[in-house]
Amino acid sequence: MLETLELYLQYPFVIHALIVGVLIALCSSLLGVTLVLKRFSLIGDGLAHVAFGALAVATVLNFANKMLLTLPITIICAVLILRGGQRAKIKGDAVIAMISVGSLAFGYLIMNLFAASANLSGDVCSTLFGSTSILTLTEEEVWLSVGLSILMVAAFVLFYHKIFAVTFDEDFARAAGLSVDFYNLLISVVIAVIIVLSMNLVGSLLISAFIIFPALSAMKLFKTFRAVTLCSVALSVVCAFAGIIASILAGTPVGSTIVAVDALAFGVCLLLGGSSS
Amino acid sequence: MISCQNVALGYGARVVVEDLSFTVDAGDYLCVVGENGAGKSTLVKTLLGLQKPLRGKISLDGITAGDIGYLPQQTQIQKDFPASVEEIVLSGCLARKKFLPFYSAEDKATSARHMELLKIKSLARRCFRELSGGQQQRVLLARALCAAKKILLLDEPIAGLDPEAAADMYKIISELNRRGTTIIMISHDVDEAVKYATHILRLGDKIFFGTSEDFRHA
Repeated sequence: MLETLELYLQYPFVIHALIVGVLIALCSSLLGVTLVLKRFSLIGDGLAHVAFGALAVATVLNFANKMLLTLPITIICAVLILRGGQRAKIKGDAVIAMISVGSLAFGYLIMNLFAASANLSGDVCSTLFGSTSILTLTEEEVWLSVGLSILMVAAFVLFYHKIFAVTFDEDFARAAGLSVDFYNLLISVVIAVIIVLSMNLVGSLLISAFIIFPALSAMKLFKTFRAVTLCSVALSVVCAFAGIIASILAGTPVGSTIVAVDALAFGVCLLLGGSSS
Repeated sequence: MISCQNVALGYGARVVVEDLSFTVDAGDYLCVVGENGAGKSTLVKTLLGLQKPLRGKISLDGITAGDIGYLPQQTQIQKDFPASVEEIVLSGCLARKKFLPFYSAEDKATSARHMELLKIKSLARRCFRELSGGQQQRVLLARALCAAKKILLLDEPIAGLDPEAAADMYKIISELNRRGTTIIMISHDVDEAVKYATHILRLGDKIFFGTSEDFRHA
């Protein structure tokens, strides 16, 4: 087994996949704690479906770079969902359910009506559960994700205390003069960007697992916000790394293998946390 | 410090409180009482500058909305939030730092001082959700003090506390008032409020504003 691994690690595409996979895991786990605590666990799921619908439209319209359409649409929906959850007549979870199911159906319908390729179910399946495109990354794409990740982490560190305040107590933060709406907007935009970027890796159905599993696991083990955040990042990175290696060795799909490892880690944390308290 | 003249409060077209006039001077301990829906929360939001009065003007003399330390009612989210006491108290200092990303040594000293004052220094590393209701309120009070010391605006600080913890909370608030902090407290419990406050504002059909002494006779 080790020899097989050694053999694979000689290929640059495997190294690229590892780097990008770990970076996506890092970024998606950063905001996971905030989303879980704000009761927005499902937003990742909803937005991923929106991204799927947008991707379908972009495919039909023959966009060379599909992200040009997917990214703005997902961001707009992220803003709508977070705003709607706060004051609209339809409650937060209902808005998410509506938008997510709606765009999933719409996307599939469009792909069906204007199918560009012969292998329709193959296309849909790879968009939903992750494609193999993580194994065909170019060097530029790898550098792009390295750059974006550095930007993400820097922004998170700079805004860390404010994100904490806004998550813990919106009323107090507002009274203290923080622009709560701005931070909520920032969080939703960033989450939309992460989802669109990581769609290639895990596919749109599995993205929310990336966002919430590490956060939930960390919350079982630690009791301060900083410890929970650090632990969820560490867990997410380790699980992504282990998942990618396992998927290469076992020949399983990358996205679902990582999520399976995440779920396993959650089970371990549940046992550990249960026995300590 | 604060004066309200013939103010009307409400949301959009819905007027909740009409023709409200009262003043708060430095060192006062004002207790706002009234039934649910009488406009207590609306008054809080307006005083904090989060909402504009429909008519009339609230003038703040020598202070800004940022000088008011706020103790909100606890939310559902906080019940299972992983955060240490220290993290929460420190977040009160954010009110003064608009663009600086990190806490200074001075912020840490300020929060340590207020934790000392409220006797929660020993809990600094404990998890907020594991504390008793009374301890949690002390933590949030310390956070409010970090934000501002001139005026504290307390929204039902004793709601949900057992009698012993409630009595303790009243004692702490009185002590802070004696040290020179102006207190505006929203409360359900009229009897207790009259005991400690210097002034009473009752919202509802018949608005009353005056000293506790007058309120008792009225």
